[in-house]
Amino acid sequence: MAALTEEQTLIKDQATSWASAEAPVSKFRAMRNEGAEVGFAELTWSAMVEMGWTGILVPEEYGGSDLGYLTFGLVLEELGKQLAASPLFASAYVGATALLLAGNDTQKSSHLPRIVDGTEIVTLAVDEGPRHAPARTACVAKAAGDKYVLSGTKTLVLEGMSATHFIVVARSAGSVGDAQGLSLFIVRADVAGLSRRPMKTIDSRGYAELSFNGVEVSDADLMGPAGQAGEVLDEVLDRARAGIGAEMLGVGSQAFAMTLDYLKTRKQFGAVIGSFQALGHRAAELFAAMELARSCGEAALQEIDAQSNSVAKACSLSKAKVGDFLHTMSNQLIQIHGGIGMTDEFDAGLYLKRARVLETLYGNQAFHRDRYARLLGF
Amino acid sequence: MTTSADLDGFRAEVSDWVQTNFPSALNGFDLGADSPSEKGVSGEFRAWRQALADKGWGTPTWPKEYGGAGLSDPEAKVIRREIAKAGAFNPIPPMTGMGVTMVGPTILEYGTDEQKAKHLPGIASGEVRWCLGLSEPNAGSDLASLSTKAVDEGDAFILNGQKIWTSGAHISQWCGAVVRTDPKAKKRDGISFVMLPMDQKGVETRLIKLISGASPFCETFFNDARADKKDLLGDLNDGWSVVKRLLQHERQSQTSAPAAVKIDQEPLQEQAKRYVGTLQDGTLADPDLRLRIVGNLMDAEAHKLTVSRITAEAKGQVKVSAAASILKNSMTRVAQTKAELTLEMMGNQGIGWEGEQFSDEELRSVRDWLMGKAMSIYGGSAEIQNNIISKNILGLPETTQQG
Repeated sequence: MAALTEEQTLIKDQATSWASAEAPVSKFRAMRNEGAEVGFAELTWSAMVEMGWTGILVPEEYGGSDLGYLTFGLVLEELGKQLAASPLFASAYVGATALLLAGNDTQKSSHLPRIVDGTEIVTLAVDEGPRHAPARTACVAKAAGDKYVLSGTKTLVLEGMSATHFIVVARSAGSVGDAQGLSLFIVRADVAGLSRRPMKTIDSRGYAELSFNGVEVSDADLMGPAGQAGEVLDEVLDRARAGIGAEMLGVGSQAFAMTLDYLKTRKQFGAVIGSFQALGHRAAELFAAMELARSCGEAALQEIDAQSNSVAKACSLSKAKVGDFLHTMSNQLIQIHGGIGMTDEFDAGLYLKRARVLETLYGNQAFHRDRYARLLGF
Repeated sequence: MTTSADLDGFRAEVSDWVQTNFPSALNGFDLGADSPSEKGVSGEFRAWRQALADKGWGTPTWPKEYGGAGLSDPEAKVIRREIAKAGAFNPIPPMTGMGVTMVGPTILEYGTDEQKAKHLPGIASGEVRWCLGLSEPNAGSDLASLSTKAVDEGDAFILNGQKIWTSGAHISQWCGAVVRTDPKAKKRDGISFVMLPMDQKGVETRLIKLISGASPFCETFFNDARADKKDLLGDLNDGWSVVKRLLQHERQSQTSAPAAVKIDQEPLQEQAKRYVGTLQDGTLADPDLRLRIVGNLMDAEAHKLTVSRITAEAKGQVKVSAAASILKNSMTRVAQTKAELTLEMMGNQGIGWEGEQFSDEELRSVRDWLMGKAMSIYGGSAEIQNNIISKNILGLPETTQQG
């Protein structure tokens, strides 16, 4: 754990005890079993709003506490440990980040306070195909006087069924594959021509597929200059990646803790299985990988807070290294638990399923290795 | 508590001092290529070493009375950085063999006042080189499995037996050795740690040639060698706890050392571009190699970040900790993988042993690759580090091995 300030330690402790008492993994399981379409429990979400977590990134003038990304990461990590589901990340982290970086004063003052008080859920709609590839945006924004007309689709939109607003990445110039020509619009979920369908995924969260059929938005809904959102979108996505990294550290460290506990208690061949050197070494390797991944994950959040000029590299490093660790860890969670690990009744499967979704969101390990190499110029 | 403003002042002072005192004749001296011995060094080299020793900056965190400067870890880091920034180097640790990195810190902790006064100043000034007599033939990583005997002869112990992998024994003045002082006690309970001069009739060394062609290691034979009783470090028959501490210092010293040496080396990806070429979009022409190089660069960065995170968590005080095992293994993996990638990238030019068809850089890469295979073996093999992690950090039960 990074060296924390007193305030950060308090928030982390609060998140740890709240998550284990009020939003343990059994609560997520119950929500899954009920098949809640939005993919979270209302009471869990309203408690988070009350605790002020929705304002961690938001400046005080908009009703937030402006405590920064590392602090938010601490909360996301603790929630990740319990698989606590809510729109916190999609709206108060990614949505708020997009507004802070790309929004104008009017957009900020109309949405940020409502993100903080939970009356709005603002989420980013970026991906369209099977792979995360912002440059391959095909959703078109056609200028028509002081309006734009949006046509196209979006897939795997986080908290898409409960969202009140979407921040939509659309192409106002260039062709598919072009990193240039992208624009950002903030679009009401109930606007005419926009329809959404739930997507049932392995991790039982609330994702939506959106289709835009001639959706009219006004100039006032455009965030930043038209056709020039590529760079700021990258900055938003990088912050999102670092936040996902924090949650992944939580999921992975919990998977490690469960595995270690099992190694210390499960007996086979007349001995605790953790006394077998093959398993002891595997645990040591996993632990070392976790420590290295944690350094990368925390460094990304710290670089964002420090507004350093190597945020992009740090975030790709985080998503790739934390992703590698979580991938291995979630597989070993099942393998080391043996048969019990395969049952739905045991929690291991829930962690494995969440792990794969987190890995793919905003670019998997391969995406970020490629990006890291490009950032280094080769 | 040192404030950052204090550190800035100190940084300026160190920078000035290094500029003034580092002899320009030593620019480009490759400290990494071979550890200098007293015989092969120039007058400038000796003057530079002496200047550093006079300030106590060769071993800045050691107490002043024993040749150090009594500084904090952050201040020591400033000295390290400023020396590197000026293209200079600190010759004292490598000139002392195991002196600065392992023996000194252990004497500071276990030594009597008399032992500290006798041994530490010679190490701090870079004048006395130390080797260690730990491993024995057939013992491998099982260090407690030793048979070198030390018999009590009044003022001294008389040693008989053989040690192996005694790095630099042929040019060392002193040796720290683990010896069996109570053959009847349990394996780890009858061991003591003694210090003895190498320049005596009963000590003989032989070089061991390695696959890389180099001979940094020796076999050392004790035939009625004498170790003064005043040079028993720690209590009689309690040598195992001294050794454990010594090994912690060893792991600590291995976590960042290799990266510190070659600071100006061309990055792997730039070298790769020269050997492999690039595609039109600027990416490496061999996409498989490209991704494996990225993986290695990421691992290196993760290692670096972990070193700084652990330092930050310890509030600037780098302590000898269990984390050293994690760092030793990760450093080793990064270095060995990088060496393999370098060789692969060089292709036909990466397999040369000698001759002018191969550049110096190519030949050095081959030797480094071979030499690097030792990293996961010496100082406690990768497997031993994993034992330490699983037992000491994770609290898993002792494995089936006895001892």
